[in-house]
Amino acid sequence: MELLVSSAIGLLTAAGIYLVLRQRSFPVVLGMTLLSYAINVFLFATGRLVVNAPPVLQKGVTTYTDPLPQALVLTAIVISFGMTAVVVVMAIGSFLEGGDDRIDMPEADRIPETGDTQRGPRA
Amino acid sequence: MSIALIALMPFIGALFPGLLIRSGRDVAALACGTATLIALIGLVIHAPAVLAGEVLTSRIEWVPQLGLAANFRLDGLGLLFGLLILGIGLLIIAYARAYLSDRDESGRFFTYLMLFQGAMMGIVLSDNILLLLIFWELTSLSSFLLIGFRKETEAGRRGARMALTVTGMGGLAMIAGMLLLGSIAGSYELSDILTQREAVQASPMYLPALLLILLGAFTKSAQFPFHFWLPHAMAAPTPVSAYLHSATMVKAGIFVMARLWPVLSGTPEWFWLVTGAGLVTMLLGAAVAVFRDDLKDLLAYSTVSHLGLITMLLGFGTREAAIAAVFHIINHATFKAALFMTAGIIDHETGTRSIARLGGLMRLMPIVFTIGTIAALSMAGVPPLNGFLSKELMLEEAAHTSFGGPHVLMVLATFAAMLSVCYSLRFIWQVFMGPKRTDYPLKPHDPGFGLWASPALLAVLVILIGLAPQVMAGWLVEASASAVTQEALHPHLALWHGVTPALMMSGIALIGGVILLALQPRLLAIRNSFRRPDAKTIFEALVNACVGLAQKLTDGLTNGSMARSLAAMTLMVVICGTWAFSSGQLSALDRPMLPIQPVALIGWFLVVVATVCLIFWHRNRVLSLIMVGIIGLIVSGCFVYLSAPDLALTQISVEVVTVILLLLALNFLPGHSPVESGDLRRGWHVFIATLAGLAIGGLSYAVLRSDFAFAPISGYMLANSHDLGGGDNVVNVILVDFRGYDTFGEITVLGIAALTIFALTETLIRGASLRRLADWISGRSRAGDQDPLMLVVASRIILPMSLMVAMFIFLRGHNQPGGGFVAGLIVSVALVLQYIGSGLVWTEARQRVPYHGLIGAGVLAAGITGLGAWFAGKPFLTSAFGYVKLPGLEEFELASAMGFDLGVFLCVVGAVMLALNSLSRIAQKARQSIASEGGL
Repeated sequence: MELLVSSAIGLLTAAGIYLVLRQRSFPVVLGMTLLSYAINVFLFATGRLVVNAPPVLQKGVTTYTDPLPQALVLTAIVISFGMTAVVVVMAIGSFLEGGDDRIDMPEADRIPETGDTQRGPRA
Repeated sequence: MSIALIALMPFIGALFPGLLIRSGRDVAALACGTATLIALIGLVIHAPAVLAGEVLTSRIEWVPQLGLAANFRLDGLGLLFGLLILGIGLLIIAYARAYLSDRDESGRFFTYLMLFQGAMMGIVLSDNILLLLIFWELTSLSSFLLIGFRKETEAGRRGARMALTVTGMGGLAMIAGMLLLGSIAGSYELSDILTQREAVQASPMYLPALLLILLGAFTKSAQFPFHFWLPHAMAAPTPVSAYLHSATMVKAGIFVMARLWPVLSGTPEWFWLVTGAGLVTMLLGAAVAVFRDDLKDLLAYSTVSHLGLITMLLGFGTREAAIAAVFHIINHATFKAALFMTAGIIDHETGTRSIARLGGLMRLMPIVFTIGTIAALSMAGVPPLNGFLSKELMLEEAAHTSFGGPHVLMVLATFAAMLSVCYSLRFIWQVFMGPKRTDYPLKPHDPGFGLWASPALLAVLVILIGLAPQVMAGWLVEASASAVTQEALHPHLALWHGVTPALMMSGIALIGGVILLALQPRLLAIRNSFRRPDAKTIFEALVNACVGLAQKLTDGLTNGSMARSLAAMTLMVVICGTWAFSSGQLSALDRPMLPIQPVALIGWFLVVVATVCLIFWHRNRVLSLIMVGIIGLIVSGCFVYLSAPDLALTQISVEVVTVILLLLALNFLPGHSPVESGDLRRGWHVFIATLAGLAIGGLSYAVLRSDFAFAPISGYMLANSHDLGGGDNVVNVILVDFRGYDTFGEITVLGIAALTIFALTETLIRGASLRRLADWISGRSRAGDQDPLMLVVASRIILPMSLMVAMFIFLRGHNQPGGGFVAGLIVSVALVLQYIGSGLVWTEARQRVPYHGLIGAGVLAAGITGLGAWFAGKPFLTSAFGYVKLPGLEEFELASAMGFDLGVFLCVVGAVMLALNSLSRIAQKARQSIASEGGL
């Protein structure tokens, strides 16, 4: 089971990072969503994997899974929705303002590779 | 008057010029002068006790955990420096009042001056070395402001920047050195450190601490090879130069060396480093001063030379040398401040500081001539002036200290004294003597009393100390030298010691100096024919090289392509992580694995297939969104399987709103991502992604297979959830009680995120973006049936049921899976369904509570519940609960945590709905815009 969970985390991370490295905003948002899954499951799993022992107190039961990572991940899931929503609106904004949904700085705004003499504390 | 108050007085004074800016220069000067005078009086009141050998302290605890306390102390050394800083400060304020013109911003000037004065007082009166460091940095910053006061001039900016770079760098080294010293001595209080000589010098960290502290002191006191910033700091207005370079800034380094003298001195390392640096600086500064043309430059290099002299004396490590050092500190401050002020007057009256354009001022400016001559002769070491006395003491010490050989120091010190005579006499000869000239830029004449009063007073002191040293300065030298050496010393200062080797060396120096002066023009010509390394050019080249390197690196990593920065970051994280992982100790991977059930294998298989499909189909955006939905669903299933019902409930409802959000977003974005990167680039990205995936996967496996390194803290939560939190669902109790503060922060963040979305939307639905949006929308095909009847009916039936379920989940949340987060998400889903089914207009018309209000109410409800604990005398967010029995019902529980959870609920509903509603509003606006254009 541990093998399945860790390989799934690795796969989701790899896919997430590949999508985040794309040029357009929508795949990047999806990539961030995948990364959120991977990280949330990873954080959750730091409490180690336990089956059939939910952290709800019951009479006569003594084995429970670790509730703390669960509580932390619960808020993380909700926050990651907030983050996704903000990024999505920013993506829409840049598409409408800039005319395309590329995430890179337009070529014209970039600093020339040769070094800019206007910057830095040169007198 | 408390010692702390004396140190703070200048800071209080610094407030006045800003407040009185409209009242003009005189009022500002008066206010600053008054503050300085009060501090000076406070100091003088304490003088008798200090002279009797007492150490006065005032203690204020600040951060006791760090050993940081605002402790001040006043002993002989502090008294000496305090008198110099405040006394000469007072004279400088008077001088600056006359020197500055109405065009100068005198309010700003006096504020900076007082800030600087306060920082200096802080250094010399601190008992805690951490506090001392804070004031040390303050002097660097405030001197930066003062040196760069003429910020419109290139020289001013450059000089200020150079001073800040050099002294700031030294300050950083000093911090490290002081921390080392404190950790060796086991205390950051000077009173303790000064008694730890043996422990400190025996420590293996003595040398690093010494080097770092000396680096700080040498940069501040302009010792070779860090001397070059001082002459460039001459771009400051002359009152600033007179203050910074006679009595204060550059003496701060000397002060620290003198202060730590009892602990650090006496070792060979100390002797060679400090004496060596001092000797080189003394010779180099004097030699350069002989040739400089600018009056202030000449004085700057002579200052460098004299600082070297004092440093060298401190390096000797003997009591007599310490006496000579503190005596010279007094004498140098008096004659050098007078000389700088004289130079300022000459600049002011003739319009130039170039010696080549001066000469013959004796008859034109007799008063200035008198003052300047007295001070310059004292600098030359001519009897019976005070400079002669301390120079004699120095020569005496040099004569019988061995430095590599018995007579090396004797010869070199005499030579330095000779150079000193030469440049001092040059100041008199080439400026005041000679024929009157006709080509001065201005018509020179003696200035008003206000300008010459301060240097005149100092010149009088120069003579008086020279004639009656024991009466005028003996007491101060005794107290401060005793404080430096931490022994009771009783020096006897006198003008005449008989015919000693020192007197003969002085005589040689005088005669040699006069001969050198006669040869000076010819030597200058020879010197000018050589190329010399210019410290400024080297410094600027070094700084520019650093800047260029940093810029290359930055531009290489962030050239505007996000993928490039992120790839670099990912690689860096993988590399650092691998390094940390491999260098740490990995516990054995022997935790037994759980057996794999068929259902788990199916879930895993689905995730793998969906992820692979997602990667291959990611250009088709709707399809890829469906894949993400599948993955999210399996993740919720995974939470169910692995004993996390709360997480599963949250994940699945967040999944629903996320997919709806992204679908709405696709309304405004292209449905397809084109192929842009080449194969090579994609291959590189696949490589990085694979690497990161393997790293994270491996890390997860290592975590999952190893046992806990120490018992998890959640044991406490499991044990006390019922008794302290009043709930059986431990996850919920953690959220609303144990870690309630975190949750409070998180719902606030969520609310802010939603408000950000709202604000961004507002800018998108007006102006040019709206037009572009309308064009974009109108070009796309739309669903034929806007409000399908089946959906409308179903969604309306579902609404009350969903609300019921949400309420149930909310109420049971404390004891069973559920709670505010999940309930809030369920309500949101139900409401969103109304938007989808019946449209924005229909829903908005029936929904009258603004979502912003819900967010605010949620945060408020959570906050007020938390505050309620205060009334019970408990800390913020402590929950209380009790069991209530109402007639006809089972006994049930009421917990204050429910109020908090209600806040969470409201905030989640408000935030989710505001985010989704904002996106729908964009669509609505666009359609309205199209409709209105179509109607026209």
